[in-house]
Amino acid sequence: MLMLNCPYCGMNKDETELSAGGEAHIKRFGPGSSDQDFEEYLFGRANPKGLHFERWRCSSGCGKWFHAARCTLTLEVFGTYEAQTLEPPQSIKDLITVKRPGWSWRAFS
Amino acid sequence: MKRFSVFAIAREAMRQHSGWSRTWANPQPKKSYEVIIIGAGGHGLATAYYLGKNFGITNVAVIEKGWLGGGNTGRNTTIIRSNYLQDPSAAIYEKSRSLYENLSQELNYNVMFSPRGCMMLAQTQHEMRGYQRTAHANSLQGVKTEFIGPERIKQLCPIMNVDGPRYPVLGALWQSRAGSARHDAVAWGYARACSEMGMHILQKTEVIGVTQEAGNVTGVETSRGHIECKKLGMVVAGHASVVAEMAGFHLPIESVPLQALVSEPIKPCMDVVVMANTVHGYMSQSDKGEMVIGGGTDGYNAYTQRGSFHHLEETVRALIETFPMISRLKMLRHWGGIVDVTGDRSPILSKTPLGQTFINCGWGTGGFKAIPGSGWAFAELMAKGESPLTAEFGLDRFSAGRFVDESVAAGVAH
Repeated sequence: MLMLNCPYCGMNKDETELSAGGEAHIKRFGPGSSDQDFEEYLFGRANPKGLHFERWRCSSGCGKWFHAARCTLTLEVFGTYEAQTLEPPQSIKDLITVKRPGWSWRAFS
Repeated sequence: MKRFSVFAIAREAMRQHSGWSRTWANPQPKKSYEVIIIGAGGHGLATAYYLGKNFGITNVAVIEKGWLGGGNTGRNTTIIRSNYLQDPSAAIYEKSRSLYENLSQELNYNVMFSPRGCMMLAQTQHEMRGYQRTAHANSLQGVKTEFIGPERIKQLCPIMNVDGPRYPVLGALWQSRAGSARHDAVAWGYARACSEMGMHILQKTEVIGVTQEAGNVTGVETSRGHIECKKLGMVVAGHASVVAEMAGFHLPIESVPLQALVSEPIKPCMDVVVMANTVHGYMSQSDKGEMVIGGGTDGYNAYTQRGSFHHLEETVRALIETFPMISRLKMLRHWGGIVDVTGDRSPILSKTPLGQTFINCGWGTGGFKAIPGSGWAFAELMAKGESPLTAEFGLDRFSAGRFVDESVAAGVAH
C-alpha cells in the first residue's frame, strides 16, 4: 500500500485517503499555441517505467494539492513537495541522484 | 506439424503419447526480416498470423521479452463481447467476436470459445438510460443485443440477488452471442499457426532500442543483437509508452494496474458472464469451476503487476451483495496486469511519426476480446498502409479532437 507524506499538513497518508491527480509539471499551452504543443499539453504523457513526478491531493486531510516523486515500478517514494513550483526542489533531485544515478525525466535531470 | 483431431488422439493413446511434436519452433534469430512485431501476446501473434494468411507475408519475427502470452493475454478475465456504443468500436469488436466463433476450426487448436452470453447490469438510473441507448445503437450497427428486465435476469442467472438494498439490479444489456474463451489457448493457437507458416517467435528476447535512418525504421536492438526489418509493429500493451520512447515519440497513454482473482473450484452455478460496472466487478465461472472475478483499475500510474489491495476489497464487497452465495468462497489466486489506457478509452491502431513503424496499443482494460479483430485490422494496416477498421483509431484523432469516446459511453473505467 502506497503512503505519502503531505508537505502542507505533515500527515503521513495512506493512498485511500489521497486522490491521484496524474502527471506533474505539465507545461500549459492555450490560445495562440501550435496544435502540436496543445495536443502534447492535453494528451501527451511521459508514462515512464521508473521515476515519475505526480500530482496528489490530500483529499481526506487538509485538501491541498502537492507533488510527489515516486517510482512506478517499485512504488518507492523519493519525496513530496509543495505544488507552487515549476520544478522539483534541489534537495529532492539530489536524493533521487543518490538512488537513481543518471536519472532524467522530461526536461529535468 | 501434425493436425490435432480425434484420430490423432486415438493414435497417440495407442503409443503412450510419444508422438506429439513441439507446438511451435524455438529458432535462432535471422539477421533480417521483412516485418518485426514487438510483443508475442495475443494481439502481436494474431497480427503476424493475419499478415501471413491474408497478405502472404511470412518473413516475420515476433519478438517477446518474456514468454509468449505471459503478459495481459494470460492475466485477463477472458470476457468476449461487442456491445459498444460508437460505430468504429462496434465494427472492430464485432469483427473480433465473429472471428472467435470459428477460431478453433481455423487454427486447428481448441480455444474453448463458449458463447454463453454476457449481461452488463444496470444498477442505477444513469446506467438504465446508458444501456438502453447502447442497445438502440447496437441495433443500428447490426450487433445483436437487447435490454432485459430483472425477471429475465433472474431466469438467466438464478444465483443473483436482484433486489439488493444498495445496488438493486434494474435491468441489463444482454448479448447472447458474447461469452468467453481460454486465454492461453488463443495465444498458443496463433503461435502454432505462425510457426507453421515459417515465422520466427523469439522468446526471451528483449527489445532495448529502435534504429532508424532518414526517418524510417531500419531494425531493433535486442538482447540477442541487432535485427533488421523493413516494417515494425509495436504491440506491447502496458509497455507501449516505453517502446514508443525508444522510437522517439510520446503516446497519449497512461499505464495502470488492473486486478483479477479466482476462487476455489465449485460446482456449476452460473452459465453466463455478468459485468457490474457501477461496482466495478465482473464475474464468470470457468470450466474448472472457479469463479473468475475482475476488478477496477488503480488510480495512479504503476508497472507493478499487482495493484492496490483496497480495490480488490471494494470489488468483492460489492459483488457479495449481488451474489450472496460467494461470501464463503475462498480465493485461490490474485494477480494484476498493466493496462494502457487512453483518454477516450479507445485503442490506437496507427502509423507513427517514425516511417514504416506502426503501433497497436491503448486497448486498456478490454484487450482480450479484441485479439482476432485487432490482429486482422492491424495486419491490413501494416500490409496496405490503411484499413477500414482502423481508420478512426489513428494517433491523429487526438490533435483533431475526433475521439471515439467509450469512456462516457460506459460511464466508468472499463
